[in-house]
Amino acid sequence: MSAFLHGFGCALPERVVSNDELAGRLGCTSEWIESVCGIRERRWASAEQGVVELGAAAAEDCLSRTGVPASQIGMLILASGSARPGFPAPGAELAHRLGLGTTPVLDLPMASAGGLFGMVLASRLAETYGDILVVASEKMSAVIEAHPLDQNSAILFGDGAGAALVSSRPGGREILQSAIHSDGQFRNDLAYDTASALKMNGLTVIMQATRKLPAVIREVLDRAKLTPADIGTFLVHQANQNLLTRVAKSLDVPADRVFSNIARYGNTSSASLLIAAAEWDRQDPPPGPAVFAAFGAGLHWGALLAR
Amino acid sequence: MPDTQQRLRTLVQNVAQKPAPDDPEESLFESGLLDSFALPDLVGAIENEFSIKVPDADLTPRKFDSIARMEAYLANHS
Repeated sequence: MSAFLHGFGCALPERVVSNDELAGRLGCTSEWIESVCGIRERRWASAEQGVVELGAAAAEDCLSRTGVPASQIGMLILASGSARPGFPAPGAELAHRLGLGTTPVLDLPMASAGGLFGMVLASRLAETYGDILVVASEKMSAVIEAHPLDQNSAILFGDGAGAALVSSRPGGREILQSAIHSDGQFRNDLAYDTASALKMNGLTVIMQATRKLPAVIREVLDRAKLTPADIGTFLVHQANQNLLTRVAKSLDVPADRVFSNIARYGNTSSASLLIAAAEWDRQDPPPGPAVFAAFGAGLHWGALLAR
Repeated sequence: MPDTQQRLRTLVQNVAQKPAPDDPEESLFESGLLDSFALPDLVGAIENEFSIKVPDADLTPRKFDSIARMEAYLANHS
């Protein structure tokens, strides 16, 4: 059973929120914000733009770039941790907007690891459902502005959406290996339930992420009998520039081998991996296999190797 | 060989590049001596120095945010 990554898409809101703007509201400096997370600006959606609108734009971008008509999509997977709770989950509305008719939809109510989990699920389902459109869409500004701004989380998050087309049809990059894991022991260390502000125990989250991300990357590489040095690009959830740098150090690869656009978009949760992939794919990627990896609330984490 | 607390002080000093606090109960993070990204370095240094493997389930600041807590952790896991 083979699956292939045919291409990516993304959508970012127009409004740029600079560190200067946030620093004024938070009582800190823009330099401090950049020093603790590497973020210089992020995008925040307008009142009219939600998870569905951003997701539709990313999906259309992906379909356009891959040349696949919506009528060919056999399944839609939508990941979002910031979508309004309730039912139906937003995948149904997104499918309707895309004109997918009676195409089956899976919603993944997951934050930062949602895009990666969506790709891994799609790779396992592609043989049955054909072309699977994976979308990850987040309006994190709604999460952080729903309660008094918290300095430690408000500086991090941005809005946006990414998409990937996974298929059993040969083409693009073949998915060689993948691994996903979950552990509820630390579920309360990064959590949001709308009734109260986003809760983030940064120390615990960072300790876990710095251990688990390199480990799961090595897990898929070991299975493929590859080493980190064999990899052209590591596409990792854009959580924090300091974390990306640490992942490179743990894998003993040059820091620039780990793709980064966090300075411009901040942490867009589940969308960040696919937004990064879309930008990377358009920049004449360096040769060699690519590793996709993510870690987030749950805890959920995983990696996928493609060539 | 130096005692465990002294060895931990040396590790903290090496990671922080600053003197370790006199009070072993002092939080290394609330005091600003270590930032969140230095903590994984410290845990790695402890694993090497004491030839132990800290499982992921134990990777919480509650177990490593002071020299006294690290000493207690080692006493229970050596």
